[in-house]
Amino acid sequence: MLDTTYSVETPEGVDLRAQAAGPVPRILAYGVDIFYRSLILIALAIALAFAENAGLGIWLLCSFLLEWFYPVYFEVMHGGQTPGKKAFGLVVVNDNLTPISWSASLLRNLLRFADFLPFAYAAGVVSMTLGRHFQRLGDLAAGTLVVYRRESKAPQTLPDVTPLPPPRGLQLQDQQALISLIERSGELSEARQRELAELLEPLTGKKERAALDYLRAVGTWLLGGQTGGK
Amino acid sequence: MKQRDFEQRYRASWERLEKWLKTGADGDTTLDLPVAYRSVCQQLAVAKERQYTNQLIERLNQLVMAAHHRLYRQQTLRRNTWLRYLLSGFPQAVRAQIRTVWLAAALFVLPALVLGIGSYHNDALVYAVLDPIQVRQMEAMYDPGNRVLGRERGSDSDLMMFGFYIKNNIGIAFRTFAGGLLLGLGSIFFLVYNGIFLGAICGHITRIGFVSTFYPFVIGHGAFELTAIVLAGAAGLMLGQALVDPGRHRRLVALRLAGTEAMKIMYGTFLMLVIAAFIEAFWSSSTEIAISVKLAVGALLWLLVFAYFTLAGREGTQRGA
Repeated sequence: MLDTTYSVETPEGVDLRAQAAGPVPRILAYGVDIFYRSLILIALAIALAFAENAGLGIWLLCSFLLEWFYPVYFEVMHGGQTPGKKAFGLVVVNDNLTPISWSASLLRNLLRFADFLPFAYAAGVVSMTLGRHFQRLGDLAAGTLVVYRRESKAPQTLPDVTPLPPPRGLQLQDQQALISLIERSGELSEARQRELAELLEPLTGKKERAALDYLRAVGTWLLGGQTGGK
Repeated sequence: MKQRDFEQRYRASWERLEKWLKTGADGDTTLDLPVAYRSVCQQLAVAKERQYTNQLIERLNQLVMAAHHRLYRQQTLRRNTWLRYLLSGFPQAVRAQIRTVWLAAALFVLPALVLGIGSYHNDALVYAVLDPIQVRQMEAMYDPGNRVLGRERGSDSDLMMFGFYIKNNIGIAFRTFAGGLLLGLGSIFFLVYNGIFLGAICGHITRIGFVSTFYPFVIGHGAFELTAIVLAGAAGLMLGQALVDPGRHRRLVALRLAGTEAMKIMYGTFLMLVIAAFIEAFWSSSTEIAISVKLAVGALLWLLVFAYFTLAGREGTQRGA
């Protein structure tokens, strides 16, 4: 398992797993948020231009709110995702993987300034790269974490082959390798799959197309496909 | 059991839970979330134990996580939590950290006193802190010959100044707090820096004799603003202390505990700064209110703030104890 995996045991005795997000997607997400915020400020400036001084007051007020509370609002009200984080599939959660609470979100965003020091979020990036779960200083104090929210993929269609029983004494590890080969049949190119299948030529005695077909048939059997059935 | 049979047996219940989580409670009111959650937890554990494919485990893990999020969502604030916080929680939190608060106050007031007395007796000292243009602006602002106080303004610019004070002053307080994360050094820096600034201006303005405009202007909102800066500094120092001297906890745990306590102070500090900005923009700068009234109200506000922090919420603690 990759070492960015973050897991928490729930009271039900089940491990929840999530992948902590590293500095690069987080910086990009922050860039997107900055872009949106600037856009809002520019739009406001144009809209409030007619009100002169009073307009400037309202604009300053809005820029204050955007600077400090824009992330808080989105993190708490929109399931831990600012628009930037949403664009990159990131989500902020408490470190027990529950949805982030008001106080934690406020704390991590008030402490943003410490992460910014001495310039351009240097402290935050250093803290992220040194820590195990990519937490910036604000995350450490607030007990929060940025993880990937993975969109559930449509279940993949397995290759349609007639299952064949595996040879006797096939080790568990080997079984899993075969299963993951057919699971990934949609992702890998046909040629690459054949190449992989041919590595087993000394054992299967088959080449090219036949080798791959045989492995797929065995894999389907291992997944529970019935011989002769469907 | 082969994976395919396992999937077939439970697919319907997974899809039902997935749908329920997506649409919320409106779609299907008969689903019992805790029961559904526990059973999907059990299926995940079984799937892992039987070494089913990563794809299935991943799907179940996502389902469990989504249900876990829904089930363990943390309680949002109830309405009277805020009232209770204002009546007793905030002053109690400040009193619980009174030593840190005094330390922050000393870090702010002592440099202010030194620079204040210094620049009162030495007309060159203020130029060590501010550049000559800033000094001239300050002098122009508080010149009793002016008809307007503070910055030059018409009545419509009160709102502008309100926005400015909110952005500037609350920003300073938040930075003072956040700086505490750097072993407390950031908070110390901002407290001392602001103290020096304030002291130099006070001393200089007093020396050149603009007393009748300056003090009535600052006394009102100062009650909230200066105490709020000290409190933000104290909250920052709490974070710093947790890192420097974590006591019996690990540093990370100590920091997290200190963060929770510090936030109790920061909510109130934020509110005080909003009040301060309001007073500063709409009351302190008004030229129609007599100086004596301003001084009296200002003194009253100081008294009020101190009374609030010493007295409010006392009964609550006794009842609670």
